[in-house]
Amino acid sequence: MIQADSLVYEYTRYDEEGRETDVTRAVDQVSLDIKKGDFVAILGHNGSGKSTLAKHMNAILTPTGGTMWVDGKDTKEEENIWEVRQSAGMVFQNPDNQIIGTVVEEDVGFGPENMGVPTKEIWERVEESLKAVKMLKYRHHSPNKLSGGQKQRVAIAGVVAMHPQCIVLDEPTAMLDPNGRREVIRTVRALNHVEEITVILITHYMEEVIYADKVIVMDQGRIVMKGTPREIFSQVEKLKSYRLDVPQATLLAYELKKAGVKLPDGILTREELVEELCRLS
Amino acid sequence: MSIKLEHVNYIYSPETAYEIHALRDVNLEIGQGEFIGLIGHTGSGKSTLVQHLNGLVKATDGHVYFHGEDIYAHGYDMKKLRSRVGLVFQYPEHQLFEVDVLSDVCFGPKNQGLSREEAEERAKEALQMVGLSEEFYKQSPFELSGGQKRRAAIAGVLAMEPEVLILDEPTAGLDPKGRDEILDQISALHREKKITIVLVSHSMEDVAKYVGRIVVMNQGEVMYDDTPREVFRHYKELEEVGLAAPQVTYMMHALKEKGFAVDEDATTIEEARDTILKSLRGRL
Amino acid sequence: MIRDITLGQYYPADSILHKLDPRVKLVTTISFLVALFLVNSWVGYVVATIFLVSVIRLSKVPFPFMVRGLKAIFLILMITVVFNLFLTPGDRVLVHFWKLQITDKGLRTAIFMAIRLVYLIVGSSVMTLTTTPNDLTDGMERLLGPLKKLHVPVHEVAMMMSIALRFIPILLEETDKIMKAQIARGADFESGNLLQKAKSLVPLLVPLFISAFRRANDLAMAMEARCYRGGEGRTKMKPLVYARRDYLAYGTVMIFLAVIIAVRIVL
Repeated sequence: MIQADSLVYEYTRYDEEGRETDVTRAVDQVSLDIKKGDFVAILGHNGSGKSTLAKHMNAILTPTGGTMWVDGKDTKEEENIWEVRQSAGMVFQNPDNQIIGTVVEEDVGFGPENMGVPTKEIWERVEESLKAVKMLKYRHHSPNKLSGGQKQRVAIAGVVAMHPQCIVLDEPTAMLDPNGRREVIRTVRALNHVEEITVILITHYMEEVIYADKVIVMDQGRIVMKGTPREIFSQVEKLKSYRLDVPQATLLAYELKKAGVKLPDGILTREELVEELCRLS
Repeated sequence: MSIKLEHVNYIYSPETAYEIHALRDVNLEIGQGEFIGLIGHTGSGKSTLVQHLNGLVKATDGHVYFHGEDIYAHGYDMKKLRSRVGLVFQYPEHQLFEVDVLSDVCFGPKNQGLSREEAEERAKEALQMVGLSEEFYKQSPFELSGGQKRRAAIAGVLAMEPEVLILDEPTAGLDPKGRDEILDQISALHREKKITIVLVSHSMEDVAKYVGRIVVMNQGEVMYDDTPREVFRHYKELEEVGLAAPQVTYMMHALKEKGFAVDEDATTIEEARDTILKSLRGRL
Repeated sequence: MIRDITLGQYYPADSILHKLDPRVKLVTTISFLVALFLVNSWVGYVVATIFLVSVIRLSKVPFPFMVRGLKAIFLILMITVVFNLFLTPGDRVLVHFWKLQITDKGLRTAIFMAIRLVYLIVGSSVMTLTTTPNDLTDGMERLLGPLKKLHVPVHEVAMMMSIALRFIPILLEETDKIMKAQIARGADFESGNLLQKAKSLVPLLVPLFISAFRRANDLAMAMEARCYRGGEGRTKMKPLVYARRDYLAYGTVMIFLAVIIAVRIVL
């Protein structure tokens, strides 16, 4: 679905006279292959390059080196740009800054309108997308009066209405409270399960990563770890060196192991930890 | 005792269709040197509450006392109150405006009427407290990273040398390391400078790890006001109002059910580890 | 709760006026304003009054909302009346004191001017009260559509207006927040002379502009990500289509205009 081959992205800064001052490599030699229907989480601290990478999946940025393919199409080619944006929808961090409509349903219709979808079909798409994110009863509301989690669900519906094969979410929960975070993650998981949409979730909340099929950890623009959540979270020290964390249950298991308790690696949830402790005695 | 709220009520847009009763009969005492966690879901009134503590919002009715003085009394010096009760808003980096970090941090002390030299001295001290070294003084605040901006903005309030520091979700949007750094610095301010801290947070884990007392707000009322252990004992009630206890609390209760002799009131990872180790030793 | 202030003072209700196509309402409002300037006799004003009152009745908007807009222009209204009343020369002097005099013509002009201004405001309020800002921009975009041929960026302007409508409440709330944050740092926005006041706005305006730019940037990116590429090839979720009632409304307005013109010519 999404492939990258030695992708490089460099920012160039200029001084007041327009001379190049320095070049920052935000993404450095990244290669990846995300399969259709996968739920992939990309972890990394602020400034690790994960958002820059995400923006390539939607052709908002194009690589300065290497190649990115979305659904087999090279994002560098000008004529592919709209198809790429339609097949890989994007949800951003700040819910206020990505809702265009003054009424919920009009916002969800914005994408299909841009694509030139016939009016009757826009209405069908709007209805089914709002249903998919469980926001149908708010269709006539003003987005300004919704909670953060609800706004993000509207934003997700806006992308779903474009019938994408893949949704890229760039820290969609960073500005939300715990309830809002739960709502959004539940919605995203449902889309992945029920509608079989490929999901790429960028985050630094470890609890949101547990359900992913694959986890990619980024640091200084590079991919430094790759694997299932269990494989990734069994390396507590390494994650900490990348300014990251592990879920609470994993952390407690890790502390217990350090104190000599014989627990297996990669405990993710509190249920697993309780079960393993019971097995011990 | 430094701040005391008595029967405070606050109503937004009274007598209109949009009337919202944001605070209902809130009684609260904040003692000198305390480290308090203020929790509640969005819209529970916690942000409105903290704006009462430095007089930014005036209660529709009720009283607020600072060191025994009624802050609503005629002629009370509000400006002075605001320099003694520092309030760091959510996303405080959105208030940065000066050409360089040092000048921005000087804004508060200058408003207090300090000379340029005194203000700069205070600013440097504050920047050091939040871990921003000299190399940042002359940098534009807008070129800092997210975490550094946040710290510069907190320094802007610290430079006023408040006795009470209120922080509204100071770690929102930061990565795990950035979050730990800020919380450790706040904790150090409490320990070393004896500043009273009120920390508004959504993270039960953070609250459990740092604070000595928790105030839970729900629908404009104080629901619980006690130590973390006591408050999280009510984890079922907290869930009913859309909150939760730390993950550790749930694990402890689950283990207890399975017959482990653990202290189910443990709220931090360290406490949990110790009590589990103890119970395991007891079993073997 | 700045977000709750409804912009453009739209009053939701279920009336035929609310259901009318925004283009009809725009055209009607303009026709009504033109008619007001054509009227120069008592009979004409009676016709205009009948029209306005029936429209207000049809709108189902409570009367106090209609006249709310008048508060803003009260001063202008008074000045106009006073000037016309005292400064219009006429044949017959009705009242005379000190250096001022009121003539029959002056009285007549003053009353006509007052009615005209009041009807102007109330007439346009009927439109804004029964039409959402979004519908208004849509209607304007369609009405001005022919200008596209002259390379006037009609779609872009309409899009800008509707985005502005969405962001004004957000920016107002942001202003409030930044202001509070700076007050907490000892800023003083109230005292001092004009220069000091202007200077004290810097800590408010700089962050506000930065935030507005950041939002604009984010929004542009979000719009592009959702395949926005201008008005070309775009379909509409809610296209404007005339219904029977819209044609009826146009007819009524034409009759009204005809009567006004007839009255003017005949009398």
